[in-house]
Amino acid sequence: MTTRTAASSEHLAWGRPAGSPFLDVDALLADRGKNIVICCGSGGVGKTSVSASVALRAAEQGRRVVVLTIDPARRLAQSLGVAELDNTPRPVRAVDTSAGGSLEAMMLDMKRTFDDVVTAHASPEKARQILSNPFYQALSTSFSGTQEYMAMEKLGQLSADLGLGRGGAERARWDLIVVDTPPSRSALDFLDAPEHLSSLLDGRLLRLLLNPGRGPVRMMSVGLSLVTSAMSKVLGGQVLSDVQTFVAAFETLFGGFRQRAEATLANLASPHTTFLVVATPEPEALREASFFVERLGDEGLPLAGVVVNRMSGSAVPLSPERAWAMAEDLPPETLEAVALRTHATRMHQVLRQRAAVRRFCTANTGMPLTTVPALPGDVTDLTDLRQVGDLLAARDE
Amino acid sequence: MSEPRHTLHIVSGKGGTGKTTVAGALAMALATGGRRVLLCEVEGRGGLAELFATTPLQGDEERRLLRTPAGGEVFGLSVDARDALTEYLASFYRLGLAGRALDRFGVYDFATSIAPGLRDVLLTGKVYEAVRRRTKGRPSSYDAVVLDAPPTGRIATFLNVHEAVSGLARVGPIHSQADSIMSVLRSSRTVVHLVTLLQDMPVTETLEALEELRPTGIAVGTIICNMVTPTPLTTETLAALEARPELHVPGLPPEQNEALAREFADELSALRDEQGCYERLRPAGLPLVELAHDPAGVDRAALHTLAGSLAEQLPEEVG
Repeated sequence: MTTRTAASSEHLAWGRPAGSPFLDVDALLADRGKNIVICCGSGGVGKTSVSASVALRAAEQGRRVVVLTIDPARRLAQSLGVAELDNTPRPVRAVDTSAGGSLEAMMLDMKRTFDDVVTAHASPEKARQILSNPFYQALSTSFSGTQEYMAMEKLGQLSADLGLGRGGAERARWDLIVVDTPPSRSALDFLDAPEHLSSLLDGRLLRLLLNPGRGPVRMMSVGLSLVTSAMSKVLGGQVLSDVQTFVAAFETLFGGFRQRAEATLANLASPHTTFLVVATPEPEALREASFFVERLGDEGLPLAGVVVNRMSGSAVPLSPERAWAMAEDLPPETLEAVALRTHATRMHQVLRQRAAVRRFCTANTGMPLTTVPALPGDVTDLTDLRQVGDLLAARDE
Repeated sequence: MSEPRHTLHIVSGKGGTGKTTVAGALAMALATGGRRVLLCEVEGRGGLAELFATTPLQGDEERRLLRTPAGGEVFGLSVDARDALTEYLASFYRLGLAGRALDRFGVYDFATSIAPGLRDVLLTGKVYEAVRRRTKGRPSSYDAVVLDAPPTGRIATFLNVHEAVSGLARVGPIHSQADSIMSVLRSSRTVVHLVTLLQDMPVTETLEALEELRPTGIAVGTIICNMVTPTPLTTETLAALEARPELHVPGLPPEQNEALAREFADELSALRDEQGCYERLRPAGLPLVELAHDPAGVDRAALHTLAGSLAEQLPEEVG
């Protein structure tokens, strides 16, 4: 990141609209009954840096934290020590552990997580068949819901280590899991994708190919022969036998998939979990955040509040109009005139963003909110993450 | 109005760089002189309808989104893999009852979601059909097709349909379909535009996408830098300025003058970062187009501005 001036903290003057409750991140992190924090939001709002900042802050306040990141920017990944995508939590160095906490970070390897599920639940012979099947390879690398599903799967595995309900939290390796959700256009994808994948894997075709004799036998076999002959006509016999091998080998896993997805969702609804919705102060991102808030309500999932990331601000108390007027009195090419016009443009943006956030608050009355000022440059190291954490937790009246 | 230099424009970019907006502006620029342009999206996100503030594009409808004063038109199409499969099967195989059975047993869902590469072949296949339609001289033919393609992380895989179906079909109808699509994609009529922001990650991804596209034989025409911060300062002026220049605005109290200088220093450092990113793109040796950031957000008027900016910077492409 480029050298930053002290101006960043003065931007706080442009924080949360009056009347909306403050989302107290520190109180949330201090609550030992909260063990899972999930950061959701549409693509490009800075979920990864917000979740990493929350995790670092919690660790430096004494929690034993693991953060599951999905697709961090390279330099951020390097500073967290997860540049190698190896699907295992690694301790993050240079974390201040004086409060007794710790931080581990991992980056989700979707294919490997999927492979592990297969290896764990199928016999070695079947696992080999599945792993080398072209349909499985496509499913585990390019199916649109797989990343979300595997994030859930990994969360399930990590939270098993929390020892919840077994009184094990004291001795467990972690007492807080922070999850960054996969990049997607819609924040809702995280909740929808697992259902999409499990309904595909539980679909009629697969059941039919597995057990052609079951059900109203004749109807089904007529249907089946039509299906298989049409498929071999279009795709060729090889493809059909690949599908059948895939399905047969996958059989043992099917029931498990739906159960696991349901268990993870149930886990998310527990009082141990809380969601943070991340948005930027732009109309589209806030609209997406509104959809997500509504959806969490429908699903009975606990929402702590909304983080409005990258709020523009200014420490210069000059309205855009005044700045323009002052610039007009100066020769246009002077640095002073350029600076004033740049300030005017910035102030227009500040005002537009404030209006967008105010509208969001009106539409979501009572929703706790915190704002994070826009920082110059990318968030790339622990110092940056600490600063984001400070700004996140600051009372930004 | 002349024949456009390329008849298929593929627009990709990292998520969040505004590739849908740029694809829309490019279609608009191509249509300005009076051409008929088809704008396709393939990810079922409804981004085109949102961009043109209209109701979602459904099924296989090719709806007019815009008409230019010179009589040019932009049509929108949201390509859906399932519809494309249905259409493909109906036109190549008279499956009849079997076709319905396929659907009923979820074969379509299966085929379009996890059959390796099939989805991409179906999506590019539909675009291919739209591009070729003109050569048959059918009434709904287009002068140019603009594709709002998947993001840079996936673009090479998406376009490399040959590779995609190799695990699925080595011979047979799908394979020959992939062959025909590939020959259009590799022809001199097709060009890829990569949209980026002048920021670290998008630039890195753009350079990676260039590497990944090279072996496919599909040509990249331009790199489009989107949301560039407008500034009256030239590169030279910027380079000559100190990191934190002193300001003396007459009539401004000292503390406000100081705050303004700090804020301006932040702006300058952001401009320098952008400049640095621009320099990283130069060695690629491709035309670099710059589209200014419009703080008012993207609406129709902004699209017109962007289209004008594209026409100005790419006269041989869209003029």
